[in-house]
This record gives sequence, C-alpha cells and structure tokens, in this order.
Amino acid sequence: MSAQAEVALANGRITFRPARVAGVVSIALGVLAFWVALPPRTTRSELVPVVLGLLGIAAGLFSWRKGETRLGWTAAMIALLGMLGGVLAAQAAVENLKVVITWSAVLAATLRFATPLIFASIGGLFSERSGVVNIGLEGMMLMGAFFAVLGGDKTDSWVLGLLIGMASGAALALVHAFFSIQLRSDQIVSGTAINFLALGITGYLYIDTYGQEGTGDLPEVPNVNLDWLSRIPPEGLGSFLEKSIGHLNLMVWLAFLTVVLAWVVMFRTTIGLRIRSVGEHPRAADTVGISVYATRYAAVTLSGALAALGGVYLSLGFVHSFTENMTAGRGFIALAALIFGKWRPFGALGAAMLFGFASAIAPRLQNVESWATYGTLFQALPYLLTLIAVAGVIGRSIPPAAIGRPYIKQ
Amino acid sequence: MSEQTPPQQPPEEQDLDEPSIEADPEAQQSLAARWDLYQRTGGVITPVLTAVFAFFVGGLVVLITTGKNPLSTYRAIFDGTGLNWFFPWVSGQEREFAAEDLQQTLLLTTTLILVGIAVAFAFRCGLFNIGGQGQYIAGMIAGVQVGVLMPDLAHVPHVVLAAGAGAVAGAVWGGIAGILKATVGAHEVISTIMLNWIALWIGSYLVGFNGPLQDPKQVFVPVTEQVSQGAKLNVWWGDPKLQGLHIGFFFAIAALVVFWIVLNRTTLGYQVRAVGFNPEAARYGGISVGRNYFLAMAISGAFAGLAGSVDVLGWLFRVDLTSVQVSSQIAFIGIAVALLGRNTPLGIFFSALLFGALINGTSTRNLDPSVFQPELASNLTLIIQGLVVLFVGADLLILYLWRARTKLRRKVRPEPVAER
Repeated sequence: MSAQAEVALANGRITFRPARVAGVVSIALGVLAFWVALPPRTTRSELVPVVLGLLGIAAGLFSWRKGETRLGWTAAMIALLGMLGGVLAAQAAVENLKVVITWSAVLAATLRFATPLIFASIGGLFSERSGVVNIGLEGMMLMGAFFAVLGGDKTDSWVLGLLIGMASGAALALVHAFFSIQLRSDQIVSGTAINFLALGITGYLYIDTYGQEGTGDLPEVPNVNLDWLSRIPPEGLGSFLEKSIGHLNLMVWLAFLTVVLAWVVMFRTTIGLRIRSVGEHPRAADTVGISVYATRYAAVTLSGALAALGGVYLSLGFVHSFTENMTAGRGFIALAALIFGKWRPFGALGAAMLFGFASAIAPRLQNVESWATYGTLFQALPYLLTLIAVAGVIGRSIPPAAIGRPYIKQ
Repeated sequence: MSEQTPPQQPPEEQDLDEPSIEADPEAQQSLAARWDLYQRTGGVITPVLTAVFAFFVGGLVVLITTGKNPLSTYRAIFDGTGLNWFFPWVSGQEREFAAEDLQQTLLLTTTLILVGIAVAFAFRCGLFNIGGQGQYIAGMIAGVQVGVLMPDLAHVPHVVLAAGAGAVAGAVWGGIAGILKATVGAHEVISTIMLNWIALWIGSYLVGFNGPLQDPKQVFVPVTEQVSQGAKLNVWWGDPKLQGLHIGFFFAIAALVVFWIVLNRTTLGYQVRAVGFNPEAARYGGISVGRNYFLAMAISGAFAGLAGSVDVLGWLFRVDLTSVQVSSQIAFIGIAVALLGRNTPLGIFFSALLFGALINGTSTRNLDPSVFQPELASNLTLIIQGLVVLFVGADLLILYLWRARTKLRRKVRPEPVAER
C-alpha cells in the first residue's frame, strides 16, 4: 500500500484513484474469466474467457502504468492465470468439471481445511510481529491436538479439552520464549527443537495412555447448524448457503472471529502498537518504557495458545481422534500463509483460504480418472506461489524489522 | 558442572567479563559468530554434557511415566544398536547379531552424516538450510531415474553417474534457495521450507499412481522401477540379502573429508566462512556475499542430494510414496546432527553415529518389547533429539554457566587480595 493511500485510510477518507480501481477491476475480470467456464455457467466457447482475460490484463497494465506497480502486476498476473484457466476449463468435459466443482462442497471443504491454518497463522502473527520467529508453530499445534484429546477424554467436556489444549500449546511456547528471549538462542534452532519435542512428547504420551486401542469416544466440538439459511431467497442462493456454511464446526466460526479480533488488537489498540513497536524497533520501544521482554513473552505465549487451537480443531473438531504427527506439516503451511499474507491478519486469512482451497480441490480432482495425477501436483501450487511471493515477484513480503534478533537490554 | 575443567582457557580474563555478545548489543550476531563464541566456551565438553543431560531427562521420563528402570531401558536400546560389537568380549552368536545390528546403525549413520553436512556447510556460511528434505527427495528421484535408465552401463560409471545425478539434483534444489537469498534477499529458511513441500508433492506425483516414473508393471503400487543391478552399491559387510552395509558408508566418510578440506583449505571455504562470520566485513574485504550464499546452498544441497541417491542405490533400490512423504523426514535430523556436532567433521560423525544408533536401537525390530515398548522408545528418541537441539542452541546458557564457574573460581582464588 502506498504512503498516500495509507494517509487517506488513516484520515478515514476514501479517495477515488483510477489506478487502484483498474487494478481491482482487472483482478475481478481475471476471476470472472475462469468462473464463466466453470459450473454452473460452463461456457463452452474459449472466446469468452479470452476476451475477459485480455480486458483484465489490459486493466492491470493500465493500473501498473498509472503508478500502482505492485497491484498492477499482481492483477495482470491473476488475469492471465484466470484466462488460461478459463480456456483449459472450456476445453474440459463438462461432466468432469461438475465432479470437481460443486461450489457449496468446495467452499465447505475449503473452510474446513483453512481453519487450522488460520488459527496457527494468527498465532504466528503475534509472535513474529513481536520480533520472535516462530517455526515451532507445528509443534504447538500438535501439543494442542493431543492435550485437547487427553483433557477432553479425562474431563468429558470439549470446553475443558479445548482450554487444556490451549494451555499445553502456551506452555510449549513459553519454553520457546524462554530460550529465544531470555537465553537469546537462535530462534530457528529453538523452534526446530520445539517441533522435535512436541512430536516426541505427544507421541510418547499417546502410546503410553492409549496404546494400540486408539482414543475411543471423545467429546466433540459441536457444529453450528444454521438451517434457516435455506429459507433465504432466491432459492439457489439459500440452499447454496445452507450447504456450504450451514453446518460448519463452531471452531470454524471461532477462527474468523480470531482474525477480526487479531486485527483489532494489532492495529487498533495500545497492546497491538506495543507488540508491533517491539518487533520493529525494540530499542525505541524500550526507551519509551515498553518492556520488550514482557511484551515478547506475552506475544509468544499467546501465539502458542492460538496455534494450539488449530490443533484442537483438528483433533476434537474435525477428525475426532488423535494420531501421531497428525498435524503433518500444517504448522509450516500456516507459517507460509502468514508470510504470503504479509504478516497481516486478513492477508493471512486470505492465504489460508487459498491453501485450504488447494487442499479441497486436490482430492476432488482425483475423482476424475484422467485428472487424478494432477491432483497431487496441484498441491504443490500454494507453496510455489508463496515462494514467488517471498521472492518478491507478486508483491514482496517484508518481515518485521527486528524479527529473529534477540534484544539485549542495556 | 562447575568441577569440569575446560579444554582450553580463554586467552585473557577480561574477555570473560565482557564477552562480545554483551559488549555490542546492537551488533547482529551471525550464526557463525555464535558458533565461534560457542567454541570458545568449552570445546567438546558442552556437546557431551548436552547429550548426557538429554539422556538424563529421557531417563527421568521413562522412570516417571512407566516406572521402569531407565538404566536397563537404555541398556536394552544399546543392545539393539549393535555397538556392543566393538566390545572384544562379545563373541559367538551374540557377536553375529551385534554385527547385523551395527550394519543397520551404520546405514542410518551414512544418511545422517550426509544430511548433517548439508546443514553444517550452510551454517558455516551463516545460512540455515532447513531444506534437507527437499534436496534429499530431489537426490532420490534423480538417483533412481539414472539407476533405472541406462541398464547397459558398466558398474563403476553407472554408480558414479547415478550418485552424481542425485548430488546435482540436490545442488539445484538447494541452489534455488541460494539464488533467491543472493538476488532478492528472500530468507533461506522460508524458501527452503517451501521447496521442501514443492519437492514432496512433485515427488509424490512422479512416483505416485499413473505418475511418469511409476513402474508400469505394478500399476496398483505407487513405486518406481528398481535400479538396475549395475547401479547398486556393493555390500562390503554382511549379507546383501539382509540389507548389509554398502560402500555408501565410505562415500559419507569421504564427504566428511571433502567438507573439511573445502572449508579449511580452499579459497571458497575461506570466503564461505568469512561471509558466515560477518557478511558486511566480507563484502568490505572484496568477497562477493551473494555468490557465496549461492555456492554454500548449492554445495549443501549436493550433500543432501547425495544422501538421497546413496540411500536409493545402497538399500532402497526404488522410490515409493512412503520414502518421498515419510522417510525423507530423516533429513530434519541432520539439523540435530550438525548442531550437536558443532559443524565440525569429527563432531558430525559422532553425532550421526549417536542418532543413527538411537533410531536403530529404538526400532521395533531391535528393541526387546519385554524391557521397553519400542513405540514409546522411538518417541523417547524424538524427545532426546529435541532436548539436544534446544540446549545445544542455548549458547548463552552455557556462557552463563561458564561465567558462573569462573567467577566462583576467582572468588575462591583471590582471598589473599581481600586480606590485604
């Protein structure tokens, strides 16, 4: 976001800027170019996506020429991808497309896959914004997943299970905080150790407590049934809403609430200002009387509790059991989502949704025999996009200035 | 701990009161500078103490959770590692069993040495190569492909070509992260994590169902064809049918020597270490920092890639979905190996042996279930690894302890001064 736009936003005025509008229009055209060729429209002519895509690219380039360099480029790229996707889809068999794309099911699956990522990446947001790299998100998620099961099983209450899971993640985060803040260990080394530890602790206790029998009956986080959604006119929209978001788990909604809360806390409260200042310039923050250590401790501990919620969702909310290493790298994906989202709550949300979408589509692609192999390949796409984003091709991700650097009080 | 005599005394006592880490707080400590500090605070003693401490905590875990005797548990694990082969009094059938176990331990050690070097080499350039997994997968795929194709090639060139292909593939995969670091400053930790996942999914696609590399004769198994007989590494110890120890072990030893020579006896190694120690100073001294970032990552990747191809040519012989998605995680242990081994060749050898022995000794096949449940023990291995990495990374903790020790000693010594 340019400085000018930042000022405009801060003043609460919305200024009309043709370059920005053109960029947004370009993105919309790109998406539209893809969408028209997909169910339910399934336009069979390649001409429609090509025209829409070319218009989108033109709008993107216009935006780029008028000064919105990054937005323009991104938009033109999206429009190009949308056009290519649209042409490909227009050539594909309609039956195959219908197998893969059932929008309500895809949306519901996307939300399910994105939820653990959202929790963990918002957790990572707090830690990293305070200047502590948190590569241990994976381990903290795993702790949450296991201890929620253990706690829920022993207390027979999902609420207590959830809280115990959060506490376990926070406890592990406290270890990370102690080593990386107090002892000034390398934060990546410490985070790696956290992941090993979590894997070992949860695996050990799981075998020790449950052995080969598995976890058995567990209290479950309830679903939120919104049947009234189907009564929303018009007919199609109502049933679509009911099918996609009508029966989601409570924790999916909690994830969205977390994002909003994180944004408010981070950008609209003193606490957030402190966290950010400690992450950008700890010396300056210290000079004005903010305790760098205390802030970082709190941020890292909170980060562990939130990441653990992602794990709680996986075990108590989604799978209803625990298996060893059940997070299977989702913590790292959450980290990628955080970076792809440029260390911003809604950016992370968007990235998590994108990653969730890829995870939702991949198994559906496998339902079509001739596309099955590409489903696997498709799952590499989000990481490739993140790599490109990190490399700065589409809107460079710039981390907080003091990230990874231990602070030494004078 | 306070009774331990350090192997090397610091040159001046003043250094102790004002170590560089305290003297210049704003100075960004590069990883290599940390290692240097670390080196000064106790040579080989601290890693050994760290490992002993980790095993001690592991023993406590055993005692508290299961009530079993930690010593007999460790004894049973030790017996499964085959390391008792080195005891001259072990003889007869026991010795044969020990030999078989030791071969398995050394098979794992081979891989761990190579992935350990892959982390250590980048470390010395100030880079954290967390991408061993991706580079290992790239090495496996390239190795198996060259091993499967060209069945008419003679043994030696085929092995060299296939192993080399793995190294090159790993170098390319690591080099991508190096280039990104050198040109746009993308943090290597992030890019290597992404590259791990990209490699994992591309690898799964290649060897998976209907993938381009899947064995056409086994449509229902996600596995590649076997490498041709000529590309397999010779087994020099043990029965080839029972997964004896192949000559890849010597590749790993040779890699350690190469690692030492390149780092300490070549211009490249000098530059890499200079960049790792202080990139700004190195730049000022006329060293191209970006070039060295790239080279360090590519060379690191080559070692991890070699690990992949050596595993394929040595005992896997084929790559299946499990080896891409699960077994490749062994590369992460390379981080623990390099850290515990303090990025020195000898250290890497011994820590690779330690972790190799631990993994093998706690495996279902080798640990006597009547003494301790193997599934528990393999998780104990992870806890021990975690503790080792946690404490080995805490150089400041060691510095604190070190200073407490010297202060204690000084308090005792200057009593005559106090009297005066």
